This record gives sequence, C-alpha cells and structure tokens, in this order.
Amino acid sequence: MLQKDAQRLSLLLLLTPFLLWILLLVVLPQLGIVGISLREKVGPRQFTFGLANYLAFVQEPIYWNTLLRTAVMSILVTFLALLVGFPVAYYIAKIAPYRSQTALFLLCLVPLWVSDLVRAFGWIVLLRETGLISGALQAIGIIKGPIELLYNDATVVVGLVYTVVLFMIVPLVSTLNGMDNSLLEAGHNLGGSRITVFRRIVVPYAMPGIVAGCIIVFMMTAGSYLTPILLGGKNSMWFTEQIYDQFITRYNWESGATFGVLLLAFTSFVVWLGLRLTGQKLATTVAKD
Amino acid sequence: MYDLQCENLTKRFGAFTAVDGVSLEIPGGSFFSILGPSGCGKTTLMRMIAGFEDPSSGDIKIKGRSVLGSPPNKRNVKMVFQHLALFPMMNVGENIAYGLRCRGASKADITRKVGAVLERIGLPDVAQKQIHQLSGGQKQRIAIARCMVLEPDVLLLDEPLGALDLKLRERMKIELKLLQHQFDTTFLYITHDQSEALVMSDHVAVMNAGKFEQIGTPQELYHNPRTAFVAGFVGDSNRWHGKVNRISNGEAEIVTSGGDTIVANCGASALSPGDSAEIFVRPDCIAFGGVRRETQNTLTGTVDSLLFNGANSRALVRIDSRELIEVAINGVDRSSPIKPGDPAHLNWAFADTQCFPAKER
Repeated sequence: MLQKDAQRLSLLLLLTPFLLWILLLVVLPQLGIVGISLREKVGPRQFTFGLANYLAFVQEPIYWNTLLRTAVMSILVTFLALLVGFPVAYYIAKIAPYRSQTALFLLCLVPLWVSDLVRAFGWIVLLRETGLISGALQAIGIIKGPIELLYNDATVVVGLVYTVVLFMIVPLVSTLNGMDNSLLEAGHNLGGSRITVFRRIVVPYAMPGIVAGCIIVFMMTAGSYLTPILLGGKNSMWFTEQIYDQFITRYNWESGATFGVLLLAFTSFVVWLGLRLTGQKLATTVAKD
Repeated sequence: MYDLQCENLTKRFGAFTAVDGVSLEIPGGSFFSILGPSGCGKTTLMRMIAGFEDPSSGDIKIKGRSVLGSPPNKRNVKMVFQHLALFPMMNVGENIAYGLRCRGASKADITRKVGAVLERIGLPDVAQKQIHQLSGGQKQRIAIARCMVLEPDVLLLDEPLGALDLKLRERMKIELKLLQHQFDTTFLYITHDQSEALVMSDHVAVMNAGKFEQIGTPQELYHNPRTAFVAGFVGDSNRWHGKVNRISNGEAEIVTSGGDTIVANCGASALSPGDSAEIFVRPDCIAFGGVRRETQNTLTGTVDSLLFNGANSRALVRIDSRELIEVAINGVDRSSPIKPGDPAHLNWAFADTQCFPAKER
C-alpha cells in the first residue's frame, strides 16, 4: 500500500514540471486568447461577449485570402521539403556507409546552430539587388543590370524549405533506419523492380516518418514569421504577419486573438484532412509496433 | 539436367576471399545443403546465386543458362531470408501476392494461386491476418509460400530456422523436408547446424574458409569424412592427436599424446610414418565390452559420469591415460548397468577410426 502511494507520488512529481509547462504556457494562454477573441469592444474598456471578430474575418476577403494563401504555400513547402528531404534521409539511413552516417546527420544539423534570423539575412545577402548572385551574374555577363531576387513567392518558398527541411529529414532517417535491408532484397528477389520496391515497400514503411515530418513541417511553416517577412517583404502576405499587425500595429487584441485561434483551428483542420486523405492515423506516427 | 550449377565461383572483398573457387551441381528436385561455420562464405555464395553480389570470377547457371548478367528480380531463384523479411505493411495474402503482382498476373489468377498455396502449406484461413498475428512457425511457412507461389527453379533458404526455439526448430526440419517433397522444387539450404543439414538434405556440401571440403550424402559425410574438418564438424567425435608409427594396408598405427596405441583407417589420407595425425572416433561406434578381437582398438578406464539425454545419452569415460572419452550408451534401457566409478573396457573397430594429417601448428 505504502509502496503504491510512493509510486504515485513519484509519478506525480515527475509529471509536475511537464503539466505546469503545458498548463501555464500552452493551455492557459490559448484559453485566454480564445476568451479575448470572443469579446466585442463597445466603448473604451467596455466589452461584451460576441462573435463579431469572427464575422469581421469572414466578411473581409483579404483576411481569409491571406489565411488560405498561407495554407496553400505551407502545403507546397511541405511537399517540396518531403521531395528534397526523402532522398537525403534515404541516403543517410540506407546507402551511406555505417561509419559516416552520424557525421552526415550532424552535417544536416549544422544550420540549426545559427539562428533563424541570421540564416534569413544570409539569404538576403545572397539574393538582394546588390547581392552576391546578382553581382556574379552581372560579372559573367548573363544579365545587364542588377536583378532583385528578393520579395517574391519563389524566394519565400525556397527560404522556408531551407529552414524546415531538417525537420523532415530527422523523422525520416529514424524510420528508415529501422527498416531491415533484407526487406528491400526480398522485394527485389520476388521480382520487384526498383520502382516497385520503392513504391510498395519503402514508402509504406516510411509512412509514419513521412506523416510525422509533414505535420511538423506544415505547422512550422504556417506559423513561421521571420522568413516570410524578411524574404517576402510586404508581398509575402503571410497570416502570422496579419496577427502581428493586429496585436502590435493596430493594438486590436480582439482581432489578433481571433486570427490566432483561426490559424490554429485551420492548420489543425488541414492536418486532420491530410491524415484522412492518406488514410493515416496520428497514433501510428508516434507509436510503432 | 541440373537446376543450379556453379563453376569455379570466387568472390573477393578487397584482399579477403570470401568464396574461393566453389563448384557445385544440384540436380532437379533435390534438397541440397551447404553446411559450414559462420564466416565460411556460405551466405556470400547464396547472395551471389540470388544476384545480390556479383562474383569476382566463375559462372552461375540456372537450368543450364548463365544468369550472371541478370539482376536479382529477373532470376527465377527465390530466397527465404534469415529473418524471413515478410513485409510488415502488408497482410499475409498481400505478402504472397506481391511477387505475382510484380509479374503482372491477373486479379483472378492471383486470388486462385494465393488460395492454392495457402492450402498447400496447411494455413488456408490466414490470408487476411497481419504478419505480427502469426506464430513463428506460421511465419516460416508463409515466407516459403511467398516464394513457392512463383514456382522458382531453385529456392534458397538462408538459415531460416535460426530464429526459432528448439522444439519448433525440430518440427520445422521435418516440415521443410515434407514441403520440399510436396513442391518438388530444388531447395538450397544454408546452415551452420549440422543436424539440420543431415536430417533434411539429399546432399550436403561442407564449406570451410570459402572452399568446399566435401560434397556427399549425409551418410557419406558421417561415415567417410574426407578431411579432418568434415570429421570434426559433422556429428560428434572423440579426437586425439598422435604420431604415426607404422602404416600397412591402409591402416595406420598411431601413438597418441597420452601414450595409447590406436589403429586407424587412413584410407586416402596422405600419411607416412613419423607424421603427426588427428584421430576421430564417433561416440556411437564405441562399445563397452571385454572381448578383444583382431580388428579392434581397446582402451580401459573408469566411467567418470553419465550424460543422460534419452536415446542420445553418453557416458564420459576417463581412460587410463587421463583423457576423457564420450561413449554412446543406451539411455532408454533402464536396466543399464553402467554407473559412475565402474571400470570400463572400450572397444571399437579399426574401420570406424578415421585419421587425417594434423594441421601444422
């Protein structure tokens, strides 16, 4: 009996920091945000309960267009990150000699040692009108005048893929590492071509990693702020920018909170839809049997 | 017509020669085993036949046609992997259908063949099950069915029983043999377990350090080993070191390091007086008894202990020169008079005593 109590106490003590963290830093602020989003300003320091903020969002096309645009771009970034990340992960996990695997993996992590901000400025140094690429192209005579490579969608997408691709590679490497090479050999031995083996064995096996990577990357992209702002400028029309605007520039906390709630709800919905469409379950991406 | 032929097959990895000039011919419909300790190159040999490794030199022919140029998926040689390599993301039916689908078989054909092969291995109702729901023995049979449904010319088996527990392994040995008869396909079985090889095979090749030491029926290997390695690796043996004293009529008189004189059948082995030699005697060739005949070796000693193992029971006898000898006894006979401490008179025929030149040390 006593031992059982002790066990329960130690479990509680171990869980406390985690629960406090979740409760104080995630749940409470979210509830606060939801609360703020549900009040209407009727006068100075006078509020009533209502859905006016949500109505305003629906009635203003620029808002929900921005949200949709953010979602579509994020999906595109996620897709590209998967396209770029999969071969890299496959190489690290399956083709590279065992001894260089760790080194390659660490090499992928190197960009993380530099902050987001610095990396974004790195892109700016390369891509701006007076930047390295523009200068180099002029020097070898491919273009006449200077060229501005910043502030367009392509640059934003490239910058985002670069920032998030690592978070695609890590879960993919760990799932692919668990795959026995004899599965691939069996696939070939039983008559499968390279494409068949890839499609029917490698991809299904890596599916939990693919799903996990896609969810992380999508959420990170949709919620990113620095990269779209710095590389896309005013043209980026990223939804987080709208939220920032409402909170900081316009000091309209109610509207900003509404946008925050909508971003969370909408991205969660996209993830749910993605899981449904690919027939995956969230549980299988976390737990492997 | 041979189902599988290897001619002078060699595989080098850098300076290391894994398979060294191996030749074999397997007639259709037989059960052929390659028996050898781990690291002897048997897996490399199998991987070359399956097409996962390219030989450094030599040729592999399946049904008389060289397959050196064809990739693994174009060879009609299927393989049961050591850990079976069943696809975890497919159910049993899909696993078996995989190869048929790769061939582009029609849906009706696939359903019919998958049903038929499951029937044949005695698991007609498992098509919808997931792999992890199967027992070890069932997985084994599914792995074989997955290959056999493609009607291969040769089925390769890479120590597939290694992962099973002892009881199941014993049962699967018999089952594999029966399956091979039933499918009437050539099985090439790789193992380091001599009892698996002896029980199941029509022919066994004993492999050591990349080379074949001897190819023969299990009986030949057991009774007439041609090298010291085969004598030591196949079956149990008592082993002595000694010096050849005299040779006549294919029989060598050898004085062991313990000082006993043993006459051995030296057959084809190139021994001459003065050479050091290794002597092998099977425990089941040695009998207790006092009568000495002209053609028998005799040793005396005391029974040290009894090792009961049913019909495979042994007595450990400490002979007068202080060495321990294993002697087979009838453990099932409860009136067995042998007790530890008894004096023992051992004898066995010259013909059952093998001797080989000892390796230079």
